[in-house]
Amino acid sequence: MTTATGGSSDFIKNLGKMYATYTGTFLGFIILLAILEQVGVPNKILGYLFVGFTIAVYAIIGVMSRTAEVSEYYVAGRRVPALYNGMATGADWMSAASFVGMAGTLFLLGYDGLAWVLGWTGGFVLVSILIGPYLRKFGAYTVPDFMAFRFGGNTARMVAVIVLVCCSFTYVTAQIFGTGIIASRFLGMQFEVAVFAGLAGILLCSMLGGMRAVTWTQIAQYIVLIIAYLTPIIILSTKKYGIPIPELTYGNAIADITAREQQMLATGLATAAGLKPHIQPFINYTPLNFFGIVICMMIGTASLPHILMRYFTTPTVREARQSVAWSLLFIFLLYFSAPAYAAFSKLEVYTNIIGRDLTEVRPWMFTWGELGLIQICGKNAASIDAIVAACKAIAGHTGVVRLQDFVINTDVIVLSTPEIAGLPYVISGLVAAGGLAAALSTADGLLLAIANALSHDIYYKMVDPSAPTVRRLLVARVLLLIVAVAAAYTASTRPGDILAMVGWAFSLAMAGNFPALIMGVWWKRTTAVGAVSGMIAGFGLCVFYLVVTRYFPGAGVAYFGMSSLTNPATGLPLVDLAKAMAAPNAMDSWVLVSHPLASKVGWFGLNNIAAGLLGMPVGFLVIYVVSLMGKEPSKEMQAYVDEIRKPRGRTVLEEKA
Amino acid sequence: MSSPTNSTTSDNDKAHWDKTTRLMYMHLGAWFFFGYVVHFFVVPLNKITIPILNFPLGFYMAAQGSLIAFVVILFLFAKQQDAIDREFGVAEDE
Repeated sequence: MTTATGGSSDFIKNLGKMYATYTGTFLGFIILLAILEQVGVPNKILGYLFVGFTIAVYAIIGVMSRTAEVSEYYVAGRRVPALYNGMATGADWMSAASFVGMAGTLFLLGYDGLAWVLGWTGGFVLVSILIGPYLRKFGAYTVPDFMAFRFGGNTARMVAVIVLVCCSFTYVTAQIFGTGIIASRFLGMQFEVAVFAGLAGILLCSMLGGMRAVTWTQIAQYIVLIIAYLTPIIILSTKKYGIPIPELTYGNAIADITAREQQMLATGLATAAGLKPHIQPFINYTPLNFFGIVICMMIGTASLPHILMRYFTTPTVREARQSVAWSLLFIFLLYFSAPAYAAFSKLEVYTNIIGRDLTEVRPWMFTWGELGLIQICGKNAASIDAIVAACKAIAGHTGVVRLQDFVINTDVIVLSTPEIAGLPYVISGLVAAGGLAAALSTADGLLLAIANALSHDIYYKMVDPSAPTVRRLLVARVLLLIVAVAAAYTASTRPGDILAMVGWAFSLAMAGNFPALIMGVWWKRTTAVGAVSGMIAGFGLCVFYLVVTRYFPGAGVAYFGMSSLTNPATGLPLVDLAKAMAAPNAMDSWVLVSHPLASKVGWFGLNNIAAGLLGMPVGFLVIYVVSLMGKEPSKEMQAYVDEIRKPRGRTVLEEKA
Repeated sequence: MSSPTNSTTSDNDKAHWDKTTRLMYMHLGAWFFFGYVVHFFVVPLNKITIPILNFPLGFYMAAQGSLIAFVVILFLFAKQQDAIDREFGVAEDE
């Protein structure tokens, strides 16, 4: 990485060579650790070396890319080539939820889990054809910048900042939570400590060099995470089927799973009520919620500021478009492998744990059982003695593991695959480093988006437009620190399910941003008043639905006509409303996830993860109607919109250096 | 802040934008087909098994098929939109 000034074109030219060297060094490092393992270095030390080495590299890149220039800090000087920006976006995009959680979700939900796979890939089509390149031409530093310019000033800016902070903060909390889980699992740190340790790693990268540092670190993190994700599963596929392409061979695993499911039912190892066939659709989500999640994740992708701002960094509009394509290609590499993880793991569990005598189950399970992540007969599967004792306590248990005896935490699926495949510990360490890279890179991008909005949009544009550069960047860094600590604190309180939190972030972004962004570019007649009212209406409805269904479900039923969601497998209501509403805790406020009504009520049977589905159409409608009621935007503004639509020429918004 | 080059939309700009809009709808249609329409038919599609690979087709489309389609759409779109920009002389210099 170069110093803050000079040598920029050489630097770009040498990117390929630099990252190739980096990748080679990383592979060499893995081999070195493999040798260390063979000569008897303990696993715990290997784990620390892996995590320590990778974080040190990210920190070095961060420090070397430090910058004191505004345009470098906010948009990496707009000279990140399409392919590299694609890689950085890949790391920015793929979070702990993707790396660790996705395969586990697919393991549990089977076909229905693919809603997340579809939703988290298809949205990039919308980014490219509807929004990204136009924002690049506009020349903003942040998404609220665009809103403010197109929609008449600081009211629009303020609303956009609120939307941005709400969705990014929800999301970043989930990432720091994920960082804490990985660090605590592999390094044996206490969860709360691990959260703050992970935070230090995140800050090192993003504080000093802003977008510029984050970009070059994210590329390094992408390389680590993709190698880490693909290595174990490629080896497993080669061992099992002789072909190193797991994405092709897991079709056989699925066929085997389906056959085994029938066999388990026939031999009484599973009950028809307890078994969810892997390929059968709509037994975990109703069709409405399945497609609702797909729509919300896709449109949320195209509305999340930390993703959109990555396309502000390319040299041209043309490269912004190419860059979206590269991004999805790099993301695709992980997402189309996740179902393979799920299938191989499930086959292993169904054939080598379920149906086995308690004394003969595979020993890899006990490592995770000790941590409470796998349970058999209701007790942690820490050892053979423990599970034998636990199952004896169940009346009529024959000593053979049945499906209903077995409970697994979804995080284990990816983390345990190296052991299932019988690989040395070094591969497990690699997976941990990859998971950490995924969580850190996403957290970096999100924190930067929040800090930029606060420092650029609130402080510089609204509070003190005459602030000198040094002070602007100082404020940006201080705010970054404050937001990060607040997010880490929230994460350390374990607010809940990562997937649901991430889902809410997407719905919030979708309801708040999407209609205004689309109409702002594609319909010249959109007025400032229309856009601001639309954002407030759409976002407001989405927040209302989320908060009421999650935290005030009793009030939702009593005052807002909400009813119980339906159980997709049976078509019956999830909760007996008459009974639940008669219970003394029915009208409680700020209820915990465990409350019998929390997230189980709503309108039209709509899961609150897909709340954006209510907010977005309202947003579009309000923008349309209110815009038509007002006066047409000025000729000047319409001419600006024309400018945004043509790649040639200068950016519409130009910052003074 | 740069001032716009002209105050009204020129015919060239209009033609460029019409063609851009048509391309947008075309790809939006492809996106909708692979993102949603195919998956409406997952149950009948699952009755078909892909030879050799052994995937049920409905499952395969959601796990891989649509994803591949999205990647292809994006590279194709980048190329086609660039061609349109060049045709109307509004593309950036290399």
